[in-house]
Amino acid sequence: MTTQTVPDTASSDPASGSTGTTVSSHPSAGPGPASTSSKRPRRLSLAFLGFTPFAAYVVLFLAIPAVIAVASGFFSGTGAFTFANLRAFTDPTILSAFRGSFLVSAISALLGAIIGAVVCFALLGTRSDGFLRTTIDAASSVLAQFGGIMLAFAFIATIGFQGLVTLFLKDHFGFDLNAHGGLLYSVGGLVIPYTYFEVPLMVLTFMPAMEGLKATWGEAAATLGATRRSYWLKIAMPVLAPAFWGSVLLLFANAFSSFATAAALLSQGGIVPLTIKQQLTSETVVGVSNTAGVLALGMLVIMVVVMGAYSLLQRRAARWQR
Amino acid sequence: MKRSRIVAGVAFSAAVVAVLAGCSTSSTAGSSTSSTSKVDAATATSAAAFGGMDGLVAAANAEGALNVITLPPSWANYGKIIAGFEKKYPKIKITSANPNGSSADEVAAAKSLKGQSTAPDVFDLGTAVLNANTDLLANYKVANWSDIPTDFKSADGTWYYDYTGLMSIGYDSSKIKTAPKSINDLLGSSYKNEVAIKGDPTQANEAASAVYLAALGNGGSADDIQPGIDFFQKLKANGNFISTLPTQATVNSGETPVVLQWSYNNLAWGPAAGGAGNPNWKTVVLPGTALGSYYNQAINKDAPHPAAARLWEEYLYTPAVQNLFLASGAYPSTLAAMEKAGTVDKATLAKVGGAPSDFVQLTSDQATKAATLLTAGWAKAVN
Repeated sequence: MTTQTVPDTASSDPASGSTGTTVSSHPSAGPGPASTSSKRPRRLSLAFLGFTPFAAYVVLFLAIPAVIAVASGFFSGTGAFTFANLRAFTDPTILSAFRGSFLVSAISALLGAIIGAVVCFALLGTRSDGFLRTTIDAASSVLAQFGGIMLAFAFIATIGFQGLVTLFLKDHFGFDLNAHGGLLYSVGGLVIPYTYFEVPLMVLTFMPAMEGLKATWGEAAATLGATRRSYWLKIAMPVLAPAFWGSVLLLFANAFSSFATAAALLSQGGIVPLTIKQQLTSETVVGVSNTAGVLALGMLVIMVVVMGAYSLLQRRAARWQR
Repeated sequence: MKRSRIVAGVAFSAAVVAVLAGCSTSSTAGSSTSSTSKVDAATATSAAAFGGMDGLVAAANAEGALNVITLPPSWANYGKIIAGFEKKYPKIKITSANPNGSSADEVAAAKSLKGQSTAPDVFDLGTAVLNANTDLLANYKVANWSDIPTDFKSADGTWYYDYTGLMSIGYDSSKIKTAPKSINDLLGSSYKNEVAIKGDPTQANEAASAVYLAALGNGGSADDIQPGIDFFQKLKANGNFISTLPTQATVNSGETPVVLQWSYNNLAWGPAAGGAGNPNWKTVVLPGTALGSYYNQAINKDAPHPAAARLWEEYLYTPAVQNLFLASGAYPSTLAAMEKAGTVDKATLAKVGGAPSDFVQLTSDQATKAATLLTAGWAKAVN
């Protein structure tokens, strides 16, 4: 985080160009233009002053709670340090919850990414300040945040047992959406509402990469006799690949950490956040609330891997932008 | 756990102090003055410590507030019971937190809010959670303590049974034409995608009780609930079990046409709810052994309003309120004494039907054993 923020602030500091003595280029500045750095102490203190509120916020509301949650997994109900809770990872119920979470997130991320990318591709053909583009942009910003109970309700009202679409299909075509049990109320059924908020998120994150494709590359390829197909296959898609997979990971993380929609639809668990809730609030199986901390650790590990891979891919993707 | 909470508390309060130094000092001062009164209400074990009921009422009025938690208005008439308290003691304002939470949520709130004015004053706990947390409770005996049967209370007044429902089947008579006569009727093809329970049995006592009821109807017992899990596995395989969480809304819309839950909840969702209920909702308590589970009353040892908490318990055990529980279809713990003294509302009792002669409630050992079986087998059975 600091490696990104410090150079940013530094380069926007009007004083840096005139008074700074060029010592060396910043080590982590990457492929971008080499940034100049001057007397470090003064610069850092200034930069950090602006950074403090955000850092304090992150520490208070993200870092400390995360550490506490994970740490709770290493204590027994009576407060003694223990590794015994780690045994949760051998429990078939918990393993199947991790499998459920992983599959739902992966499938909805891939579906969302593919559909979203197609939408972006279609949008490329419109004027960037035109009505259609701005409308879809605005709609995506809203719909990507449309989650939780409201989203669950919207789907219950359409494809629930008494949903509009369910009853329409049944009455007019004799087709029962729920012939094999409640479609929407199963772990697999979560893919439907999840994909719903993944598509707009994909449009938001992937559109800048698509817009970064320079028209001159297409023209150059055409001049050299490339077909449109080979331009997309050989140039555009490889250039876009890191951004695409980066977005897939972001979508995965988004679905993986979702709770409220699933909680409103599934009353019998099946994904990790619901298992954590079960461990924390159970009135029948008591004394397992510390296991929740271990499950949080499991989720955290997966998220760290995913977000680490995401930032690696972002760095690669950034190469072609600007 | 304790240690981690201390770390959390220290870190958080340090931050809060740093930012809100001025505000926090003034509010602490305010709350500490209100809790110092002539009698130490927090250790009073009966109204006599206040010099009788009048003294208790005066002390509670001085506190002016009461925090209750996880009491849904439609659950066992709690809506009317809370309104009645506020009417009887207009100087005490009730704050009802997290009405749809679980017993475990009550305990978690008591621990995490300890020392704050928003901590719960009184609990309404299922037995399993109660047994694991008796160290959080204050001893108190209500005036009519002797009306509560001996095996319905702890001798020192830590906890006391209040009311129980019976596990029942609620169904929408516009969809289900013939009332189910046994639990195994629900396995039939006419119940496809229709049978729901109140949550995850490894989490909610009411849902677990549905499993226990199924066990009783299939050769199991309070000692062996495995037949209940097997029943739900069959129910799921037949396509009849749905994992939608039933509420008044899903019962009205027809999402959950059959619900296994406490009788007082099924009754509350039917015509008794008036315009908000489902007029076709019928409640059946199956013949044979009835399954119930008394909920316990208890006072938070660290209650921010200790006198009001004690007054609330006195109020709950008055015949008027015990009759309100009865009117909801729940059986209050002082029912036998009320019948003897003639304070029971006879019309209501006739309507609800007398207490069942053949009644089973899981003991805490049996509940622990059941929980082990549920942990191992439930998720596999229904997913």
